[in-house]
Amino acid sequence: MIPLVFELGRPGRRARLQAPAEDPALDDLPPALLRREAPALAEVSELDAVRHYTRLSQRNYAIDTHFYPLGSCTMKYNPRASNRAALLPEFLALHPLAPEEDLRGYLTCLLELEEMLAVVTGMRRVVLNCMAGAQGEFAGVSIIRAYHRARGDEERREMLVPDAAHGTNPASAVMAGFRVREIPTRPDGDVDLEALARALGPHTAGIMLTNPSTLGVFERRIVELARLVHEAGGLLYYDGANLNAILGQVRPGDMGFDVLHLNLHKTFSTPHGGGGPGAAALGVHERLLPFLPHPFVVDDPKEGPRWSRPEDAPRSIGRLASFHGNAGVLLRAWVYARLLGREGLRSVGPYATLNANYLAVRLRALGYELAYPTRRAGHEFLVTLRREAKTYGVTAMDVAKRLLDHGVHAPTTYFPLLVPECLLIEPTETESQETLDAFVEAMAAIRREMAEDPERLRGAPWTTPVRRLDDVRAARVLDLAWRSGGASSA
Amino acid sequence: MTDDGLEPGAAPAFVPHTAEDTRAMLAAIGVEKLADLYSEIPPELLGPDLSALPEGLGEMDVLRLAHERLHRSEPLLFLGAGAYDHHVPAAVWEITTRGEFYTAYTPYQAEASQGTLQVIYEFQSMMAALTGLEVSNASLYDGASALAEAALMALRLGGAAAGAAPARVLVPALLHPSYREVLRTVLDPQGIEIVSYPWDPARGTHPAAGLEEALSVTSARAVVVPQPNFLGQIEDVHALTAAARAGGARVIALVNPLGLAVLEPPGHWAGEGADIACGEAQPLGLPLSAGGPYAGFLTCRREFVRHLPGRLVGRTLDRDGRVGYTLTLQAREQHIRRAKATSNVCTNQGLAVTAVTIHTALLGAEGLRRTAAVAHARTRALLEALTGIAGVEAPWTGPFLYETVVRFPRPARAVLAGLHARGILGGLDLAPHLPELGPGACLVCATERRTPEDIVRYRDALADVLGAPPS
Ligand SMILES: Cc1ncc(COP(=O)(O)O)c(C=O)c1O
Repeated sequence: MIPLVFELGRPGRRARLQAPAEDPALDDLPPALLRREAPALAEVSELDAVRHYTRLSQRNYAIDTHFYPLGSCTMKYNPRASNRAALLPEFLALHPLAPEEDLRGYLTCLLELEEMLAVVTGMRRVVLNCMAGAQGEFAGVSIIRAYHRARGDEERREMLVPDAAHGTNPASAVMAGFRVREIPTRPDGDVDLEALARALGPHTAGIMLTNPSTLGVFERRIVELARLVHEAGGLLYYDGANLNAILGQVRPGDMGFDVLHLNLHKTFSTPHGGGGPGAAALGVHERLLPFLPHPFVVDDPKEGPRWSRPEDAPRSIGRLASFHGNAGVLLRAWVYARLLGREGLRSVGPYATLNANYLAVRLRALGYELAYPTRRAGHEFLVTLRREAKTYGVTAMDVAKRLLDHGVHAPTTYFPLLVPECLLIEPTETESQETLDAFVEAMAAIRREMAEDPERLRGAPWTTPVRRLDDVRAARVLDLAWRSGGASSA
Repeated sequence: MTDDGLEPGAAPAFVPHTAEDTRAMLAAIGVEKLADLYSEIPPELLGPDLSALPEGLGEMDVLRLAHERLHRSEPLLFLGAGAYDHHVPAAVWEITTRGEFYTAYTPYQAEASQGTLQVIYEFQSMMAALTGLEVSNASLYDGASALAEAALMALRLGGAAAGAAPARVLVPALLHPSYREVLRTVLDPQGIEIVSYPWDPARGTHPAAGLEEALSVTSARAVVVPQPNFLGQIEDVHALTAAARAGGARVIALVNPLGLAVLEPPGHWAGEGADIACGEAQPLGLPLSAGGPYAGFLTCRREFVRHLPGRLVGRTLDRDGRVGYTLTLQAREQHIRRAKATSNVCTNQGLAVTAVTIHTALLGAEGLRRTAAVAHARTRALLEALTGIAGVEAPWTGPFLYETVVRFPRPARAVLAGLHARGILGGLDLAPHLPELGPGACLVCATERRTPEDIVRYRDALADVLGAPPS
């Protein structure tokens, strides 16, 4: 156990060189508004802090240290060059409200990235001001709402979402003021088009779709699906979290989507940072251009690249960020896009798909059941352990935790909720065959263990800094913050 | 290799496959070509025209291009307006960008993510301590989105005026204009009205009487109380909080977290305290970086924890009774509750949170207090220096935190352009936002990084621009 930073050090100790030596009086501030008691924060030396956080970092699995086949998350190699560029001192010192002439170089990078993304998605225009996928979804469905409203189509208040969809989809639709209606998935993994046709009507605003879906399979009747929705007067939203499967090979714009977001922290390899920051690119069809969130970059023929002004976006859905979005993430994505270029971007989808299908075939040969055995995997695939759960009394969670002992980060578990005891496995294109083979070996060893020593599995992990944690206790006791004096529980 | 990416040639970029690997893997799958893997995709969708994309570049060339694009002479910054130029210890980003933090995912697998989870628990503890409230979430996108989430949360809490009252939120007239816009974008679709309570142009702050009156007219269920306000002025938060409470509304504190090293924390406002505090963590270790990534924070009283949006980390025990950390109360969140979640937020600002945590640990209460105090003293000195120039005035005499307003005798827009030509970012032109302050009004800020010599440089440049000799 590593103590909390608050439990290190001594009262009165501090990193003296990190704060001003001066200590001016605050004699012009009203005493009643001044803080009476100092906040209980750490009292540590610089070395104490450096060692503490370095040691904490070593208690993480990460792409840089471990294979990380976490489905839906696209944990591919995050180039260090991206970080180098984003940490250039001139960039870090750039104030977001600086005059545009100071921002031109950065805005030029953004324009270039937007254009590249428009080409690979087949959208008319892409903007970069959303700070994560869910915010991109909110913006996208708000655009759908604005579009219908602008046409006087106030009745279109229902958003269709397949039951396999990521949780952010329905949550974003509700935040944008829609009712959500779920559309079932057929046993083969495609959306049930008959059910969809029944659900469509004059109240339909649109549908939010991921393709390949969160089940890891490509929606084969997508063209027909798009036609049905359009004929009913709805629009199609593409959740681009899974674009990695088809990057450079198939474009959402060509499938019939009207608006989309891409998670740059997935497909464009910006780091996930233990939970963000992300950035979403938002792309739209021609007819949705007027509603884009602002500010966005305008390629002004006279002034050069600049931020949009209110008059550039009079019908915009509005602003989403305090400033202009997660700039440092966007610069990292720009580096990635320029490193890969046309040939590199074209190869992402095929090799991501190759790795996923290779793993699927190898795991099936070991006896693991694929949730969609008749289907070609996209960039990820689902294994279901429902048989093993019955036969050996082991769960997907057990297998996930045991993989940690084998030096592999666990795949996504229990998502999508449709498939029982599932593991969603996404190897990404940057992993080599040796790494995939080592994963197969680990899964083979785990399979043997199911029969020979299921207790070993149920007790896993054994080698991590802590063993399985008591989630029930965490939710019941609710210890959410340290407090001085030792009484810790919020 | 043809350029559709589908021939097993030497794979480009970060794909490690040799042609031999690719062939062997295709054989294991039982197909001949990469193209066969796309057999379920309608053929008319395959093979788009990507000829408009540029060729890939090596790392050396991309980094050279980045340098060329981003290089510029660095101006002296007296501009804040929501993004502040503070010193960030060298250790902060060196450790934050260690691969173990940088390339980890959201800590869903707790046993493999104890590092990130403990960092978030420490972050939550720090934000709770700074704001004087009990519970903090693991971050939201930025200050503006944190405010929008806080408003939605406050309305979920109900309270004395709930039920009959229409969904309205009262915000200070002196709210950062972008925050107001983000609020509108997020609250509009849910039919929530945003109404401003008035400020007193003679003092630069919001009188409690104005809030009381606005509250009685609107019966809003939530009130945002800023500290400091958009113009950097310190508000009588006790009076505003008491007024909001008397009107039966929930109180949302919108605060600069660095300011809380010296100012009364929201948890103590008017004795009873605010219900929710939120704001922008950028002053705690996040570089300006053209506007992001920053990190929004949101803290609240313990009794409201089930209404919190976003992730939460709790401390618990493992099977052997060892202390460990895990995500908790996830039933509030979109991946469990879907359409009924407290928010759609999923990915938040993890890495920025790591930096804020390391920064706050390194500075501690004493370091933060000195930083805020020196920034305050510098801004006082700046105000004194600038108003020493004939025609330059201060509309109010304070108190302010480390940002305030000066009025130039000429339109701020032109003056700022003149200063920029002299290598100085002199502040924010307030005319587009608050025309009632006159065309010369400018929001100026000096952090602890501005030296007395920097302030002299600003004064001399301003005198030069205005054509007035420094007095
Ligand atoms: C399919 C899918 N949609 C949407 C999201 C939401 O993206 P974000 O976490 O960036 O908000 C994710 C990932 O988290 C996802 O996997």
